[in-house]
Amino acid sequence: MPDLGKYAAEILTAYGASAILLGGIVWASVARAARLRRRLDELEGRGRG
Amino acid sequence: MSLWEYANPAKFMATSRRPMQALGAAAAVALAVGLVWGFFFTPDDYRQGATVKIIYLHVPSALMAINGWLMMLVASLIWLIRRHHVSALAARAAAPVGMTMTLVALVTGAVWGSPMWGTWWAWDPRLTSFLILFLFYLGYIALWEAIEDPDTAADLTSVLCLVGSVFAVLSRYAVLFWNQGLHQGASLSLDAEENVADVFYFPLLVCIAGFVMLFVALVLLRTRTEVRARRLHVLTMRRRMSA
Repeated sequence: MPDLGKYAAEILTAYGASAILLGGIVWASVARAARLRRRLDELEGRGRG
Repeated sequence: MSLWEYANPAKFMATSRRPMQALGAAAAVALAVGLVWGFFFTPDDYRQGATVKIIYLHVPSALMAINGWLMMLVASLIWLIRRHHVSALAARAAAPVGMTMTLVALVTGAVWGSPMWGTWWAWDPRLTSFLILFLFYLGYIALWEAIEDPDTAADLTSVLCLVGSVFAVLSRYAVLFWNQGLHQGASLSLDAEENVADVFYFPLLVCIAGFVMLFVALVLLRTRTEVRARRLHVLTMRRRMSA
């Protein structure tokens, strides 16, 4: 860990908040993609069956 | 082969999967390398001290906040002129990603501004135009959700996107229009005589590449999801009609 001196709180807050926001959009995008793909597969499978 | 072939949803779904996966993986590598390099292996700035490390998040996210809206503008124009559904869906897919980038830029800027400017927020031209850009993103997403007919929603959101583009451009050039704010000029510019020092510049370039690739990968993923959502809606309606 580098010595962040008196600005450690600000720097870690910036990195933490960015990780939460970017991680959040990635997670939300992947989760919705998986959910919709599953539902579409189910529906198309039922249509064919 | 024409570029417009990719406006066909089936063609888009068939060809976008591999580039999306490759870009996602490359983005993860670039972000890991750039952020670790910037955080652990760069010195403090002689004026900003260690807060210079925030630049690796703030500059790339601000860049993608503006360029994300400009990508939506191009996609909206294609929808308005040529009525390609995939382009309207791509614009819709990009909005939450662009909004997140704007929020990252606003938050990291505020956190950096607190010790450097002595305030979290000022009604500075660039900060204010960025806040308005964020509100435009929110409004754009809300408008898509509020209108049931997808073509009407695409039309109205495209018009909103055109209007919002003024603020996207303004956020980029506000520092030049009004030379009176707290915010400094661009950290990176092709026509500037002096950019940031090389020791910060190279990890910053890697981070920018990571953010660009992350943005494109997420937009591809979300556009594919929107295409599936549209198909799911059509199939559900057909089943209801035939039941």
